[in-house]
Amino acid sequence: MAEAHPVGFQWVMEAKRKGAKVFHVDPRFTRTSAVADEYVPIRAGTDIALLGGVVRYILDNELDFREYVLAYTNAATIVSEEFSDTEDGDGFFSGFDPETGTYVQDSWQYEGHEGSSGSGHTAQERDSAAGLTHESHGAPVGGQTRRDETLQHPRCVYQILKRHFSRYTPEMVERVCGISQAQFLELARAWTANSGRNRTGMLIYSVGWTQHSVGVQYIRTGAIIQLLLGNMGRPGGGVMALRGHASIQGSTDIPTLFNLLPGYLPMPHHAEHPSFDEWVDSIRHPGQKGFWGNARSFAASLLKAYWGDAATPENDFCYGYLPRLTGDHGTYQQVLNMIDGKIKGYFLLGQNPAVGSAHGRAQRLGMANLDWLVVRDLFMIESATFWQNGPEVTTGEIVPEECRTEVFFLPAASHVEKEGTFTQTQRLLQWREKAVEPPGDARSELWFFYHLGHKLREKLADSPLPRDRALLDLTWDYPTHGPHAEPSAEAVLREINGYDVATGRPLSGFAEARADGSTAIGCWIYSGVYADGVNQAARRRSRHEQDWVAAEWGWAWPANRRILYNRASADPDGNPWSERKRYVWWDAEKSEWTGYDVPDFEKTKPPSYRPPAGASGPEGIAGDDPFVMQGDGKGWLYAPSGVLDGPLPTHYEPVESPVRNPLYGQQANPTRKMYAHPVNSVNPSPPQEHAQVFPYVFTVSRLTEHHTAGAMSRTVSPLAELQPEMFVEVSPALAGEVGLTHLGWAHLVSGRAVIEAKVLVTDRLTPLRVDGRIIHQVWLPYHFGFEGLVTGDSANDLFGISLDPNVLIQESKVGTCDVRPGRRPIGPALLELVADYQRRAGIVPGQHAPAVTTDDEGKEHGAS
Amino acid sequence: MGLRTFIEGWPVYRQLTGTDPLGRGAAAKSDVSRALTARTDTADSVARSVCPYCAVGCGQRVFVKDGRVSQIEGDPDSPISRGRLCPKGSASKSLVTSPLRQTTVRYRRPYSTQWEDLELDTALDMIADRILAAREQTWEDVDTQGRPLNRTLGISSLGGATLDNEENYLIKKLFTAMGALQIENQARI
Repeated sequence: MAEAHPVGFQWVMEAKRKGAKVFHVDPRFTRTSAVADEYVPIRAGTDIALLGGVVRYILDNELDFREYVLAYTNAATIVSEEFSDTEDGDGFFSGFDPETGTYVQDSWQYEGHEGSSGSGHTAQERDSAAGLTHESHGAPVGGQTRRDETLQHPRCVYQILKRHFSRYTPEMVERVCGISQAQFLELARAWTANSGRNRTGMLIYSVGWTQHSVGVQYIRTGAIIQLLLGNMGRPGGGVMALRGHASIQGSTDIPTLFNLLPGYLPMPHHAEHPSFDEWVDSIRHPGQKGFWGNARSFAASLLKAYWGDAATPENDFCYGYLPRLTGDHGTYQQVLNMIDGKIKGYFLLGQNPAVGSAHGRAQRLGMANLDWLVVRDLFMIESATFWQNGPEVTTGEIVPEECRTEVFFLPAASHVEKEGTFTQTQRLLQWREKAVEPPGDARSELWFFYHLGHKLREKLADSPLPRDRALLDLTWDYPTHGPHAEPSAEAVLREINGYDVATGRPLSGFAEARADGSTAIGCWIYSGVYADGVNQAARRRSRHEQDWVAAEWGWAWPANRRILYNRASADPDGNPWSERKRYVWWDAEKSEWTGYDVPDFEKTKPPSYRPPAGASGPEGIAGDDPFVMQGDGKGWLYAPSGVLDGPLPTHYEPVESPVRNPLYGQQANPTRKMYAHPVNSVNPSPPQEHAQVFPYVFTVSRLTEHHTAGAMSRTVSPLAELQPEMFVEVSPALAGEVGLTHLGWAHLVSGRAVIEAKVLVTDRLTPLRVDGRIIHQVWLPYHFGFEGLVTGDSANDLFGISLDPNVLIQESKVGTCDVRPGRRPIGPALLELVADYQRRAGIVPGQHAPAVTTDDEGKEHGAS
Repeated sequence: MGLRTFIEGWPVYRQLTGTDPLGRGAAAKSDVSRALTARTDTADSVARSVCPYCAVGCGQRVFVKDGRVSQIEGDPDSPISRGRLCPKGSASKSLVTSPLRQTTVRYRRPYSTQWEDLELDTALDMIADRILAAREQTWEDVDTQGRPLNRTLGISSLGGATLDNEENYLIKKLFTAMGALQIENQARI
């Protein structure tokens, strides 16, 4: 955190000054480790084993915050008797279908709700990254559940959890993660000590956690611990995702993602959502409790914002205009389709996949096989010049005279040359004022898309084709200003906020959304950001003039709420758990919720409220159910639906690992998304043969002085000067083993690529004892490429493409490689070296590893 | 120069008699530095902004002189950052004023070995034509069972996560209306 989010880290140091104990778990000793109380080196890709160990420690010693757990989580809920755990299935839950490599989730449900998992199409849910739609709300679940408040029933969630993690002992943590038992116990003791009425503990992760084939389950494990310790919805608690880009939170809220529409509404699927009603019902689940019951209003209001007068209740608000998914249309599938010649044109908007995405060679070969490519950026990036300067030009795989891709480079406006909002990592929208005009031809994306839209509509003005109606009927009339006719970002923000169609009055929040076409809302979760016609995101009341919650600085979704589910900061009766942790509470005299923050609860619903039988929507949520977006109002220790690779997190080895999974016969996540394409490959892991060809683990991360794919830092002279060269960090022991010299060269080989780097021999990398042997890890920054003031080989070239099944994010934080002294070969010899490694490792391009490995000693069955 | 002025000119005197006994502030200030004026004092305007690098969301004050960015500093009012910026945030003036920034449209023809210049409006027009052609070539009205698809799989997009919410909103809205659904973002990566 001190490396990648230095200014955010000041608050960790504040907490430390006040007595907090700071643990830093990382494969590499960093600036964070240097000031932490305890540095815990870990084998990359084993976090679930470590966190699962903490869960077991809590349960075995009964250290959970029992009052909180009983009242606010699903610990007491009874699960179907059809459910069987990974303990019984050698790493598989019940319901696995080896044909599709996915689960049928019926047996995971609460007792009595076996038929209501809403799944049965988990392969399709994987293709559409359906897990992402749960960012603002829980997955569907039956609300009326059987519970055992004594937590003794063998099928209650508490007991299932206990059994599931029973083998995640300190010995097992040591064996899997390479963390000593003493250090593990110190971590577990400190974490569990910060629990209860008076204390909270915080879990902070950076989004490298998402870049694993089990990424979603990493975060689930963290959430389980935080729920057990009563750390959710309370000040000083929570699971804090430190996102890596200025508005990456905003980019999912108002998504430019294939499977989502604004506010986490799903893009419709051709078979599942043929009609507006079916689409809406798949979101709101009629009869279900919780706030998602209003989905029809949010969906109708979005379509109304898109298609204005043309969208009417009679024509389902132009629902028919929406394009339909048929499968996986994610960025990695797209790149493989480019290589196969299926895609004509590609827009890159401030993004540099030639360096920043996994398997850089595949990215560049894909871009070299387009009709046209539009690159909009501040600088001439690698993704614009691959045809001229890319490594494949050196190897002869791309020949400029034979490369057909037509490239348009359009300069973009910088953050000071346009106005608009970023959503930072805590869901806070902050408006930026424009300081200066952009230089020359540089323009904002707002300008580009607004004027592109007008060009398209002009060209299609007389079109009789039905398919062009969606463009021609689109509301596209934003006011413009200035010499370049810049569209008004504030007018767009007003549409995002939503307005009353008849009067144009900006809505005060999503509670005003209507399903009859009388409201238009661009993104329902952002509704309120323009309440009263005021740009709430532009508020800048000084921190010196308000309390510590600072509610008048910017605007947080939803409803300017700074801590989600903050009803949980009060006990079931509505009183603060303690004076020290007072945050939101029930004011009995005024009969309303009050506190330092906007209460995340219906303002006048008393703690004693109990829903009438059969109640649905918000009405179905009791006065002591804080998790109002969940169908049962509870925090989920166990997820009966919504997580495609299991209701509980399970340790699987990374897709590429030198180690056989010590916990189960099943080696890696059996539901991961794999691509059998000639350009893609996976290095062999046990129980496959030849894993020793790639004996070392490599991981990548950021330097303080560089930013992601380098376009915003390798081009900036002070930053380029601070970190001028690509390098690899290796331990003295590995340097000795391989014959590397400090400040000399090394090259690293995977089944995809070979890259070179200067060698930094350092104690910051610790050889770990794992399952009885020494595992060496090396570390690389992933910022370098072949353009800019400072250049170097790209670490992401080493990775293949394997994805998490829930969100289709690639495993690019851990892989295996070989490390060799000296520089890499150049030209065709480079390709020969990689081909030689492929031969030795038995890699057949186009084939991937067996998904199922429980059949002992590597006999393959299942997907191939 | 009187004796008194002469003595007060000594930093050590000011250090011993003034409010800066350690001599690390006002006492050590020379006449030259006293005569200097901060760029932030002489700016024509100040824009309140947000750092474009990581997602912490540090407040920035962007100082402008003669239509150019003259300085970018941390915003001390911000409850998030309390005026601090990291090495990257501190370098953001160098980012926006970098001589390496491209300020004109560049165009590479198929099979060409070099870049050429192109007018912005011409480029926009050519891109619009190519979008329409790609739609034409790859449009899918319905699936094999006659269910609506309304889409093209011939167009892809990958956006960075330094785009504004308002920009993402228009990007998604326009692409969706043209039937392009392969719209992705760094958030997937």
